[in-house]
This record gives sequence, structure tokens and C-alpha cells, in this order.
Amino acid sequence: MILTTLTTLPFLAALLLALCGRASRGVHIGIAGAASAVGLGLLLHAAPGVLAGTPLTLRIGWVPAIDLDFSLWLDPLGLLFAGLILGIGLLVVIYAQGYLAKDEPTGRFLSFLMLFQGAMVGIALSNNVLLMLVFWELTSLSSFLLIGFWRDRADARQGARMALAVTGGGGLALIGGLLLLGQAAGTYDLATILTRGDLVRASPLYPAILVLVLLGAFTKSAQFPFHFWLPHAMAAPTPVSAYLHSATMVKAGVFLLARLWPVLSGTDLWFDLVATTGLATMLFGAAVALFRNDLKAILAYSTISQLGLMVMLLGFGTAAAVTAALFHILNHAAFKAALFMNAGIVDHKTGTRDITRLGGLARLMPITATLGTLAVAAMAGLPPLGGFISKEMMLEESLHAGDGWLVPLLATLAALLSAAYSLRYATQYFGARRTGEIAAPHDPGLAMIGPSVGLVIIALVLGMLPMTIAGPLVRAATGAVIGGAPPGLDLALWHGINPALGMSIVAVAAGALLLWRRPPIARWVADQRRPDAKVLFDTAMAAVVGVTRRVSLAVHKPSLQRYLFMLFAVAVACGIDGALTTGGLPVGTRPTQAASPIAIVAWFALVIATGTVVIAQRRRFLALVFISVIGLVMALAFIRLSAPDLALTQIAVEVVTILLMLLALHLLPKIPPRLSDTPRRVRDAVLGIAAGIGTGWAAWAIMTRETRTSVSSWHWAHSYSGGGGKNVVNVTLVDFRAFDTLGEIIVLGIAGLAIYALLEPAARGAAGRRLREWRADMPHSPERHPMMFVMATRLLLPLALLVGIYIFLRGHNQPGGGFIAALVFAIAILLQYLASGFDWTDDRRKIGEHPLIAMGVLIAAATGLGSLAFGKPFLTSSFGHFTLPLVGEFELATATLFDTGVACVVVGAVMMALAQLSHVAQRAAKYREPDAEPPR
Amino acid sequence: MSLEFLIASAIGVLTAGGIYLALRARTFQVVLGLTLLSYAVNLFLFAVGRLMVDRPPLYAPGVTDHADPLPQALVLTAIVITFGMTALVVILSLRSFLESGSDQVDGIADPTRDEAE
Repeated sequence: MILTTLTTLPFLAALLLALCGRASRGVHIGIAGAASAVGLGLLLHAAPGVLAGTPLTLRIGWVPAIDLDFSLWLDPLGLLFAGLILGIGLLVVIYAQGYLAKDEPTGRFLSFLMLFQGAMVGIALSNNVLLMLVFWELTSLSSFLLIGFWRDRADARQGARMALAVTGGGGLALIGGLLLLGQAAGTYDLATILTRGDLVRASPLYPAILVLVLLGAFTKSAQFPFHFWLPHAMAAPTPVSAYLHSATMVKAGVFLLARLWPVLSGTDLWFDLVATTGLATMLFGAAVALFRNDLKAILAYSTISQLGLMVMLLGFGTAAAVTAALFHILNHAAFKAALFMNAGIVDHKTGTRDITRLGGLARLMPITATLGTLAVAAMAGLPPLGGFISKEMMLEESLHAGDGWLVPLLATLAALLSAAYSLRYATQYFGARRTGEIAAPHDPGLAMIGPSVGLVIIALVLGMLPMTIAGPLVRAATGAVIGGAPPGLDLALWHGINPALGMSIVAVAAGALLLWRRPPIARWVADQRRPDAKVLFDTAMAAVVGVTRRVSLAVHKPSLQRYLFMLFAVAVACGIDGALTTGGLPVGTRPTQAASPIAIVAWFALVIATGTVVIAQRRRFLALVFISVIGLVMALAFIRLSAPDLALTQIAVEVVTILLMLLALHLLPKIPPRLSDTPRRVRDAVLGIAAGIGTGWAAWAIMTRETRTSVSSWHWAHSYSGGGGKNVVNVTLVDFRAFDTLGEIIVLGIAGLAIYALLEPAARGAAGRRLREWRADMPHSPERHPMMFVMATRLLLPLALLVGIYIFLRGHNQPGGGFIAALVFAIAILLQYLASGFDWTDDRRKIGEHPLIAMGVLIAAATGLGSLAFGKPFLTSSFGHFTLPLVGEFELATATLFDTGVACVVVGAVMMALAQLSHVAQRAAKYREPDAEPPR
Repeated sequence: MSLEFLIASAIGVLTAGGIYLALRARTFQVVLGLTLLSYAVNLFLFAVGRLMVDRPPLYAPGVTDHADPLPQALVLTAIVITFGMTALVVILSLRSFLESGSDQVDGIADPTRDEAE
């Protein structure tokens, strides 16, 4: 229960915040703060039990086929991380209230922040590596959203994209690594994997697993050479920098290394890769931080350096080093989050983050400066702060790592550089007064200062009372990481005089010295040409995009003509191949029926009309006339060949199709020049004729064979007894195969909506300008609405509607039904549009096309669902027969209701297409282009 | 000539014309081609139920000699869906023409009309 609440609460808060984006800032802060506080409370409630050695677990089956369970556990390591995430999260939410400007959308911001919080808690609590992957990717995505929160700023967008590319790319590697890990261990259950370390390390997959997992962890934790995204992520609002990019998300990589420590560590490869990368990152980050001027950039590189420190400690592979790493995670989270908040305050109040323009702030902003100085002292590793203890532990461990003097020397050098940049960071508070943009900056309100007060107190207490406040947690978490009994723990400021203390003193003293002699070095550094990670990254990305484009263009020419040709050619080839391999398409022995002279005449009409359409294709109105001839012959054929329903449908559809094409042709070029050259036309003709002979022969072969028993005899037999209708075609549509029909009307409705979406914006922009020009060029009839036409259509309307209703009602037993009736309705209404104009008709219409489509789908679906209430399967119908004067006997069946839905959708979709199309030019004429177009 | 031959040859002619037109370079020709093709497909589907003269599938007890209702039901929905598809393609090509000023299927500008403008 606690686990479910812990993981779902942030997501619920995110959803709630997204939904009430318009509510006041207080409400937003309340929701986010309450979610974090409740989570933290639950965690504290569960803490004693977890620390005593009984982790909470929860397992819900999700996709058992791939061994993916929604499986959570709360062990000491998870407790440490989740506590960090929720605790800092709570403080950051409070800080954000003061930080964000009045007009900024706090709802969206906090919604993203809560999304991130949920994902992080998910990582910390996952007990299935696949589930952990899901949350891992979610942190990359939410980080992307948060870095790019100020979406109007180019650096924010670029920073967000870079972070996503790097961490997302690492995420891909991690997917591979964890899948292989699952294979090697034989399960994806994390707790089980952790007990199978020997099995995994002995597996031939081990090097691949290690490298892939490390890629995921190193990109996330900004390890050299993947560090470059982190400074660019500083384009995010400062609460995000404090939360994601110093205290929590970047530590996910460290967490992953700690989590998989029992499985992956303990080999030379682990030591070489992890400790070396960590050491290099620690040195590199500290060196760069010394020469940056932007407060947030200094902190970003410092974060990279400190993350390197933690990674290096985990790489050492000893229990004591793990303890140091975990303790440093706590320290770093406290002082770095405080420093970021501090940088945000300074930025807010002075208008600059350039350290060369700041100085002597202690006199103007005493509280801010005091807090900042204390946090800096922790970062520099000065007593009596927690940073001092963890730095000393690090130096102590470096003495035991490797064989030679190199590791301790480099570790001391890194500590020296850290001390130097930390002390330099503090120069903004002391010395000569320089205040950036604003003359008299002052301390901010409680919301901004409060959270850093809390953090600095924690940083202090971690130094003064480390065993009381952090001892049990760090000890238990160490035990969880190494997967055994936790070692003895003695966190204290004073361990007597030992080598580590000496190294620490040397580092601080030399660091101060280095800072004193910094200006000439800084000038020298500035003169050096050094690779700019962003330029390199952009070049690499551009190269990748270029290669991808070339490759895809080589195999994929964006041409409809080519696609269609390939499609038809492949179909013809498959047909020929199929016919040849099965011995041709033998003709059967079914007796054929003699054709009447009329049929032969109609056949000639069809063939000639088709030929004319093909030959006269560029004279478009003519082609359209002959298309309608073909449609007419089709309808006649359906009548003759015992398909009255089809004939009615065909003729009605023919009318609306021709109307539609006429309207479209109105706006398209009438007689365009020929485009294709002769060889291409010959090629297409050959393909067409081949396909024609093939399909014609197939039809002939089928029709000359005897029928076999099929499902349709069942339809015939049950039409009246089961469906209550004599028109088997209609009963099939609305009863036996009603589910198909439901799908079909949904497709039709979507087509209608798509047409609306295509035509609605056509009145604006380039399309609108073309429409207006076209309208101006067009000769108009002097009499826009001829009286005869108007009167005739108005008289026709009720008659047509009556006919439609008649066709609809008799449809179950006689040819007719919802489809045909709907087309009749649509044509009747269309005539009004044509005769009386769009505006006149639109004013008198009560229901628009959108509601009609929606209503139709709902009625049909509700009818289907109705049968569920009676315990019958979806779309089961029932019926009864009734008699009305004049109409005669007719039937009321639930199928009729279904048919009503069908009719509504068909009317809506047809009207949507035709009415919108007929009106688009008029709308364009009415549309006034905004005077000043927005800059592109 | 038999009815079966007429229908089979009509299917062949419509298919051939439809494919030829669908491969042309102008959107409107492609629409015409698709229309012809859908006639051919509908007729083919219908023909699979064999041809019957004057025996519509209206149920009466005892009647066994009747047209096959199932292909008819399938073709009926196919005709309506064809309309939806045609309408969408027509509007799509219209919008593309209005946006780009060219009714070439791949949106390639028209050399002759560019000169005229």
C-alpha cells in the first residue's frame, strides 16, 4: 500500500496539476507540496522497519510473458534515494513559488516536476529491471520537458535536445545492457539478479553487459566524455537545476551503479572502467569549473566533478568506498541544491550570474551570503561540514586503491582544484562591492530563502552529528549495496592525525594558493584553443542527419507515382507467379447465361466510357461525364443481377460523388498540360493491361466454377427467424455483421472529420490567397439563386425526406435501409445548398455535421451495448412487427435503431465533404488576412 | 456472349483503365483512376457470388434459388466506404493544390504555369 501510494502519488499530482492549469499559484504549490510531503511522511513511517532489515515488497503481474512485473521494493538504498528525491523535491517546490515570475505557468512547471519526481521514485523502488527501464526513460523525457520549459528561448530548446539525445542514447544502451543482464541471470527480477552475481560475472556476456550498463549510467550522471550536456541543461529554470541536475536525476547513474554493484563489481574490468572514468571526470570537472564565470556553469562543472568522485568511489569496489560514496551523495545533495538556490537568488536580485561582476554581497544580502558561504565551505571540504568528512573518506580510500601513488596524487589534485573553485565561488560575497545590474540587491522572501536554510542546516548537521543523523541510514544502505552485512561505521570530523588529513590540508592550502595566482593562469587558459563540446555535438548531429537523409533518399524516393507503380507491379507479379505455380487458373464447368441485347449495349457503353475517360483524362469535365456513365451502367447491372440494394446505393453514391468531383474540379485546373513522356505512358499501359487481363481472367475463372457451401447459406436461413427481416442484405449489415458496419461508419466519420480538418484552415495562408484570386477571376452568373431552381428544390425537400424515411423503414424487408436513406437525405439537403446558397441553408439547419457524426456513432454503439444489459453478446438485436396506416406493416427492431445511427453518420460525413467543399471559396473571400503577418 | 463474359471483361477493362490513370501525374487523374479501380473491385467482389438474374436475396420460406446475399452486403459497405475514400483523396489533392499551386501528385511545381504567372 505504501509502495503503491509512493509511486502513484506524484503522477496523480502531475495529472491534477495539468488539469487545473488555470488555478491560482497557491493551489499549484499546495498540490505539488502536499504530494511531496505525503510521500516523505510515508517514507519516514516505513523507515524504521526498512532500516531494521525488512524491506517492503509489492508485486503485481503486468506482462508475465516477458517476465515484466510491476514489482516494487523499498530497501535501505531505495529509502536513501527516495528520501532524497522527495525531501529535496518538497524544498524545490517551495523555492519555485518565489522563483517563478508572476506570469509564468506554475501549473505546467510543477506538473512536469511531479512527473519527474514520480519517475525518479519509480527508479528507486523498482524491483524489476525492465520496470526500472520504463521509469529511467521517463526521467529523460521529463528532464527534456523541464530544461526546455522556457520554450521561447533557443538555448533552452537546444539544451533540452542535447540532454535528451545524450541521456536518451545512453538509455538505449542501458536497455541492451539490462536485457542481456536478464538473460545472463535468467530473470528480470532485481532482487534475484542481485543474488546471482557470480553467475553473471562468469557469463561470456559480462563485458557487453558492463559496457552497456555503464554507458547508460555515465551518460545520465554526466561522466566524461558524456558530460557536456549538463552545462547546457543549465538553461533550465534554477529550481530544475537544483533538483534534477545536481541533487537527484544525475545521481540516477550513481544509483544504478550502486544498485547493480553486487552483480557487476569485483572484476578488474569494473575497476578499470568505473574508477578511471570517475577519476578523470572528477579532475576534468574541477579544472573546468575553476575557469568558468557563470555561477551556474561553475556549479554545473562542480557537479560533474563531484559525480565523478562518487563514481570513482563505487569503482574502487570496497565496502568502505561504497560507504563514502553514499555519504557523499547525501552531502552533495544538501550543499549543491543549496548553492543552486543561492545562485538563483543572486541572479534574481542582481540581474547577473557573472562572478566577475559580483562582489561584497555579504553587506547587502547578509542571509543569502551566510548561507552561500556555509554551502561553499561544504563544497570545498572544510570542517565542520559534512563535505569535509566525505572528502576525507574519499582521500583515505584513494590511498588503498590501486598499487601506486598515482591515484592518491590525482585525488588530492582534484580536491585541490575543488577547494580553489569553491573559494573563488565565495568571492561574490566578499571583497569590493560589485552588484551586477541592480544597485541595491536585498535578501529575498521566506519562500526562496527557507529551503536553503533547511539544506544548509542539514549540511552542517551532517558534519557535526554525522552518526546520529546519517549513520544508520548510510550503514544500512551500504549493506544493501554490497549485499551483505554492513561494515562498521565511524563517521566523524576528527580521526586523529593520518595521511588523509594531511592530504586534505595540503589540498585546501594549495587550492587557496592557486586561487591567489589564478589570473595569469586564467589568461593562459583563455588563450588556448579548446574543443567546444556544443560545436562538436552539433557537427556530429548534422553529420548523422545528413547520412540518414542520404541513406533514406537512396532507398526511398518520395514519389506517389513510383510507389503506386511498384505496388501494382508487385501485385501483378504475385498474381502471375501464383497462377503459374498452381497450374494456371483453370476454367470451371458451370453453365454460363446468355446475355440479352440490352446487356450487350450496356457493356459497350461501359467499355467506351472507360476508354473515353482514359483518353480524355485531361479534359476533365468530359471525363467526369463518362465516369457517371460507368456508374450508371454499374447500377443497371446490379438491378439486372438481382442486387436491388446495391443498385440503389450505387446510384445515390454516384450522385454525391459526381457532385463532389464537380465542386473540386471547380477549383482545380481544367485542362492541364500533359506531364508524362511517351515511354512512361507505354509502360503504364502495359502494366494496366496485364493487370486487367489478370483480374478479368480470375473473375471469369471464378464465375465459371460451381459454388461451394459457404457461410452465406447460414445468413439466408437465419435472416427471418433470427434477424426478423426478409431483406437478407440489410439484415446482414445491421445484424449478422453489424460489428463490421459499426467499424465502417466510424471510418466514414473519421474521413468526414479529416475533410473538415483539411478544408477548415484552407481559407487562410497561401491556400486562402489562391482561393481569393481564383474567385476574382471567375465569371459569376448574374442570377445567383435562380427562382425556378429555388422553388423546385424547396418543394422537393419534404418529398425527398419522405422518400428517404420510406426507404429507411422498409429497409429490413425490402430493398432500402439506412445507407441508402441517408444518401437520399443528404442529396435533398445538398440541393438546398446549391439552390439557395450556403448561408440561407446553414441558418435553417438545426444540427451540424459534427454532432450528427458523433450522434450516429453513439446511437449505433449504444444499441450494441444495450444487448449487454440483457445478457446477450454485443450487438445482438431483437425485433417486433407493427402496422401503421398508409405505410403498412413495418418492423421495429433494435436493428432499426442501429440503422438510424448508420444513417446519421452517413448524412454527416457526406454533408461534411460536400457542404464544406462548396463553401470553402466563399469562406476564403470573407476571411481577412491579419495585417501584420507573424515573422517566420 | 454470356453475361459472365461481359462482367469479367468489364472488370478487366475497368482495372486496366484504373491502373493506367492512377499512375498519371495529376491528382485529378489519380482520383479518376481510383474511382475506376473501385468499380472494378466492387464488381469483382460481387461476381464472386456468381451471377443470378431476377432472384434478389429477399427471404421467402422454401426458396433455395437466390442470389448470394453476403457479397452484396460486402459490396454495399464497400461502395459507401469508396465514397468516403474518394472524398478524402479529392479534398486532400485540392488542399495540396491550393497550398502549393501545383496539382502534380508529388507536389513538383508546374513548369508551364510558372512561366504564365
